[in-house]
Amino acid sequence: MATLLHAIVEPGFFSSAPVRLAAEMGALVAIVAAVVGVFTVVRGQAFSGEALGDIGATGGASAYLAGISSVWGFVGISVLAAAAMELIGVQRARGRDIATGVVLGAGFGLAALLIYLGTLQTSTSGSTVTILFGSPFTLSPSDLPLVLGFGALVLVTLAALYRPLLLASISPELAAARGLPVRLIGVAYLMALAVAVALSAVTIGAILSTALLVGPAATALALTNRPGRALALAAMIGVAATWLGLLLAYDSYYWPPRHHGWPPSFFIVALVLIGYLAVAARRGGGRRGAR
Amino acid sequence: MDQPALDVASVTVQFGSRRVLDGVTFQLRRGEFTGLIGSNGAGKTTLLRVILGQQSPDQGTVTIAGGRHGAVGYVPQKFLLDPDMPLRGRDLVALGLDGHRLGLPRPSRQRRERVQAMLAAVGAERFADARVGRLSGGEQQRILIAHALISEPQLLLLDEPLANLDLRSAKEVVSLLAQIAREQRIAVLISAHEMNPLLPVMDRVVYLADGRAVSGTTDEVIRTDVLSHLYGHHVDVLRLHGRVVVVAGDIDDHHADHGVLEVD
Repeated sequence: MATLLHAIVEPGFFSSAPVRLAAEMGALVAIVAAVVGVFTVVRGQAFSGEALGDIGATGGASAYLAGISSVWGFVGISVLAAAAMELIGVQRARGRDIATGVVLGAGFGLAALLIYLGTLQTSTSGSTVTILFGSPFTLSPSDLPLVLGFGALVLVTLAALYRPLLLASISPELAAARGLPVRLIGVAYLMALAVAVALSAVTIGAILSTALLVGPAATALALTNRPGRALALAAMIGVAATWLGLLLAYDSYYWPPRHHGWPPSFFIVALVLIGYLAVAARRGGGRRGAR
Repeated sequence: MDQPALDVASVTVQFGSRRVLDGVTFQLRRGEFTGLIGSNGAGKTTLLRVILGQQSPDQGTVTIAGGRHGAVGYVPQKFLLDPDMPLRGRDLVALGLDGHRLGLPRPSRQRRERVQAMLAAVGAERFADARVGRLSGGEQQRILIAHALISEPQLLLLDEPLANLDLRSAKEVVSLLAQIAREQRIAVLISAHEMNPLLPVMDRVVYLADGRAVSGTTDEVIRTDVLSHLYGHHVDVLRLHGRVVVVAGDIDDHHADHGVLEVD
């Protein structure tokens, strides 16, 4: 048994402190992203999620320049961008793509400038790659309480708003007829989305953050008819992809040609995609299978 | 007679220079099934929005017995759910019970049984565990009616619930609603641009044309003199084999489409 384990897990995986930190923070982030992601898919706001994640690069770059935790940078800028989208009109179905696109364009322009300034400062492209594509094994232990705090905030908000948010996501009309403040619920959700993609950007990078948001959620929605189960399944898929991705990335240091580990973000995103495709293929075979 | 379930008094709504509703007055009583009839653009949806409190009238008042919240059940127009939405009919009905509450739902036997009883009352038990978005139009209507009724409202509003249904499903939904009105003592108001499917069960009618309304029993309202007065020009009410057709006197008039489309 031990030898089999050694064949799969290269030595030192479980005892390495950076690996443990990456696994803890990665799991936390995966759960938050997946839970928020279920609502993102149901509401058809994946584009907003993608944009908020990408814009997070601006925050990551400014945090790098200012020398503060990237968590603050990612969260701060995503929340600001969400507020801008809301003001431009993300609530109206037709205004949504416009608001998202406008903010995304502006955010990326700013990111280009800040990342450029960042490379001038250090004359390497290391920070750029970290901001855009993440680097779970180089997370700072001081980020853990921040990620934990923001993650808990999102989960508590979603738990409190669960039923009104679900109803408003299914049908704004039904929610409005019950006297629910549909617009306010939408704003609260957009803020939760901003924080979730920001946290996701901390681990797997700004560009890839939507993968953890939308992938596990979309896979879970294909597997179950029940909203509660979809949330639990999405969280499990997200955590599984993250842990397995970290393991493969760690192992890849030992793969030939040696001494070049592959980025964990690649493995995580690839696993999320494989999971989704497997479920989609199975469903293609037997259309009515989902329970 | 008890207090009306709904009292609409001289309601006027103006969008810019256009008067969408003009002094609309009628009452609904519990146990009655009322059709809100009018062609597209006559003001039906605006009137329902006023009753729901989503549009405030420029003049007039709407009084709902027992207050607005929880006392009105509503089934929106053209409800189309994504087929991949992870939601069973059962879940949607449960959201009708406590969808406005904060916090996570606490499953209890009592909650489950209430949902089950509601599903049985609308004949939706058979498909209650399938994805709502994959159900047929008639099946979705039953789930939505259950969603609206489970909070035990005194007033049930339905916006064009028959629009996307085939004739058989439409008949089934209409007789279900009539039965619910009578047995559960609920005032049911159902908007439609085509009145014939409602004729067999309709207790009263509110007829809207150009934002103005007349109300009463079918025999009082669906008459050549009454509707001509409402439209402000001559229309003929024809009865053919138990069906009613309203035909505009002047074919060039912009109301002509209404008369012609009444035949199906």
